[in-house]
Amino acid sequence: MTAGLGLGRPQTQAIVGDEDVVRVRQLVRTVAVAAKLSLVDQTKLVTAASELARNTLVYGGGGQVEVTTVDNGRRQGVRIVFTDSGPGIPDLELALTDGYTTGGGLGLGLSGARRLVDEFDIQTAVGQGTRITVTKWSR
Amino acid sequence: MALDAAQGSRLAGLLGDHAEQIVKRWADSVAVSLRGRLSQAELQSQVRELHRALLVALEGDGRELHAESAGELRAVLSELSRSRARRGFTATETAVSVFALKDIVLETMSAGGGAEQNLRDFVAYSALIDQLGLFTFESYAKAREELIADQAEQLLELSTPVVKLWEGVVAVPLVGTLDSARAQVVMERLLQTLVDTGSPYAIIDITGVPAVDTQVAQHILKTVVAARLMGADCIISGIRPQIAQTIVALGIEFGDIATKASLADALRHVLKLTGVDAARRNARRES
Ligand SMILES: Nc1ncnc2c1ncn2[C@@H]1O[C@H](COP(=O)(O)OP(=O)(O)OP(=O)(O)O)[C@@H](O)[C@H]1O
Ligand SMILES: [Mg+2]
Repeated sequence: MTAGLGLGRPQTQAIVGDEDVVRVRQLVRTVAVAAKLSLVDQTKLVTAASELARNTLVYGGGGQVEVTTVDNGRRQGVRIVFTDSGPGIPDLELALTDGYTTGGGLGLGLSGARRLVDEFDIQTAVGQGTRITVTKWSR
Repeated sequence: MALDAAQGSRLAGLLGDHAEQIVKRWADSVAVSLRGRLSQAELQSQVRELHRALLVALEGDGRELHAESAGELRAVLSELSRSRARRGFTATETAVSVFALKDIVLETMSAGGGAEQNLRDFVAYSALIDQLGLFTFESYAKAREELIADQAEQLLELSTPVVKLWEGVVAVPLVGTLDSARAQVVMERLLQTLVDTGSPYAIIDITGVPAVDTQVAQHILKTVVAARLMGADCIISGIRPQIAQTIVALGIEFGDIATKASLADALRHVLKLTGVDAARRNARRES
């Protein structure tokens, strides 16, 4: 763990059905408000979480999300980790291309989510699953 | 697992011989745990029915809850759970109605004497009553889920009204989460209203939608395209600043679809268009 990074107690939510995507949005909204993110940043983070949670459900076959408040000594923020044990993403660059979709979507979820947050990290391995970590800092 | 044949008939004997006393003590005991939230008469009749169904089961081969002759017992338990769930009792309060029978059976047995056999019998009876109680837990949970699903459906219906705003202008104010199920309902309602009213304009107002992600956007876009195929033009209104910034960052493009900050702006926009149309028509007539 990074030195000087204060972490709150993580809150987890399983993603197994459509209603869980709504629960993730509500959880992220609550934590973002507590971390004093502005209304615009709350909305951006909630929307990014909605995209990543739905990908976890639809492509990852379900998984779980962990939401934590973080503090780097200067700012507060919210960190969200999405984990699934699905098929993984074979071509990450392609998946992150605007408009690329294998599921008849707009193909903007993954690339859009990256633009909506301050930090974005993907660990993925074919046949093993995907783990995406995003962070949004208060301004 | 639960009772052997001899135990089954001994329990049946016990329940049959002291029927009146058992039903009364049972109902009293449940009444205490429900603190008067059900009438004495209603409780008595519920307990009497349970008692009767249990006897029927025991007199057949129903020494286990899943036995054939316990069919009625299962039905009575399910009905009990359903009615408790509907009336807002907790799962515990529901199961306690069944578990209370243990104390009553123990009381009745100790009055008879014969300590060692009694102990073994009671343990077996207890196990059977546990089965019944756990069964109410399951039925209760199922009944609650159905209730919630019903309410969700009602909410779905309630929260997607299509209103006629002006001559030739209908509006759909969206409130809450626009999931696929609701999007389908909204689209159908809107298209039907367009047909019924012959309106050339529809305003989709998203003031009440907390987040517009790619799924919501896709549903809106599909609705707009479908309306267009029917000859109607859609305007999207209620795009708040934080939503606008998020849509831009996501990369969603609404193309040539008119978007307005508020419902009032959207209506003004439409009236200007129709005003121009009307003026043009008038102008043509005059010339
Ligand atoms: N967790 C995941 N596991 C496996 N594949 C994934 C995962 N997340 C995304 N992908 C792949 O990346 C592609 C792009 O994802 P993205 O969210 O950008 O688009 P989409 O979900 O298809 O459409 P939408 O615009 O509605 O989100 C997906 O179509 C899918 O093939
Ligand atoms: Mg997606």
